[in-house]
Amino acid sequence: MADFAEIWSYLARGPLLWLTLTLVAYVVADALSAWAGRAPLANPVLIAVILLGLTLWGTGTPYAVYFEGAQFVHFLLGPATVALAVPLYLQGARVRRAILPVLAGLTVGSVVAVVSALWIARALGVAPETLAALAPKSTTAPVAIGIAQSLGGSPTLAAVLVLITGMVGAVVATPLLNALRVRDWRARGLATGVAAHGIGTARAFQVHPQAGAFAGIGMGLNAILTALLAPMVLRAFL
Amino acid sequence: MIQALTLILLCQLAGETLTRGLGLPVPGPVLGMGLMLALLAASERVAEAVVPVGQGILRHLSLLFVPAGVGVVGHVDRLGAEAAWLMVAIVISTVLAIAAGALAFKAVARLTGTDEARDG
Repeated sequence: MADFAEIWSYLARGPLLWLTLTLVAYVVADALSAWAGRAPLANPVLIAVILLGLTLWGTGTPYAVYFEGAQFVHFLLGPATVALAVPLYLQGARVRRAILPVLAGLTVGSVVAVVSALWIARALGVAPETLAALAPKSTTAPVAIGIAQSLGGSPTLAAVLVLITGMVGAVVATPLLNALRVRDWRARGLATGVAAHGIGTARAFQVHPQAGAFAGIGMGLNAILTALLAPMVLRAFL
Repeated sequence: MIQALTLILLCQLAGETLTRGLGLPVPGPVLGMGLMLALLAASERVAEAVVPVGQGILRHLSLLFVPAGVGVVGHVDRLGAEAAWLMVAIVISTVLAIAAGALAFKAVARLTGTDEARDG
């Protein structure tokens, strides 16, 4: 029988090991999040990333080797963006009825997200190429990666900043909107989806189905708006 | 299911081709989303096939962030001094964006009489 090191080095060469461990980490993280009553801080993405980060560090595996397996999951971000058409289609009537408030919340939320982030970061002395990765931070990862790349920013850094933004939004949305006395689930969901994309949307669905639906709409529309807006705003800041 | 996945990928492929070909500022998958929305609105058969598959993909949207998220670990030390400033910018900007977006929605809903609290 081959020893463990031999089996490990065989498995570590192919995509199967890291693809499987990505799914295992997510299943464990999702169960932990459910066990914690879906508390904002017990975010499944955060937990899965920590579990996998520790595993890579403990086994001395480079990220590039890990990504060879994980790329199959990562690839689905593109089709998932296309699939955002589904909640838009299903909520069509409700969105059309609230079209003006939706457009107001979308435009204001999207502009504030891009302008305030770039303004604060520039004031703190952050480098221009980092600003290019920061500009699309409130939009969903596949779109943010595309925007950052076209602006000359690092796609990996863009994904990192998107992820942090989503996590921050998912954690602050509920207490913040309670403090502001916003009780309309549509307003709460839309603003969270616009500012904190998929992770904010997943959080909104945990709180109320209507908030989740409008968060999905906010995320979908902001993907388009940020793609148009971010390059213009970034140019003004460079 | 295979038809729905094929349609989703075709929309993404068409989106990528169009944005590259025409040099549009919108990423390919976003244009693909627009194409898919048009297809869903145009055909009941497309909607019947794509809706459950699309919902299935979106149900596990969180999972799709994990591979990129693991990249955080490798990127944090490269950021060095900028990491703290970026965190400050992200936290303040996200709080401002959620507050401004929700208040703008609420104000316009009241102005246009589409306030749901009033609808009952």
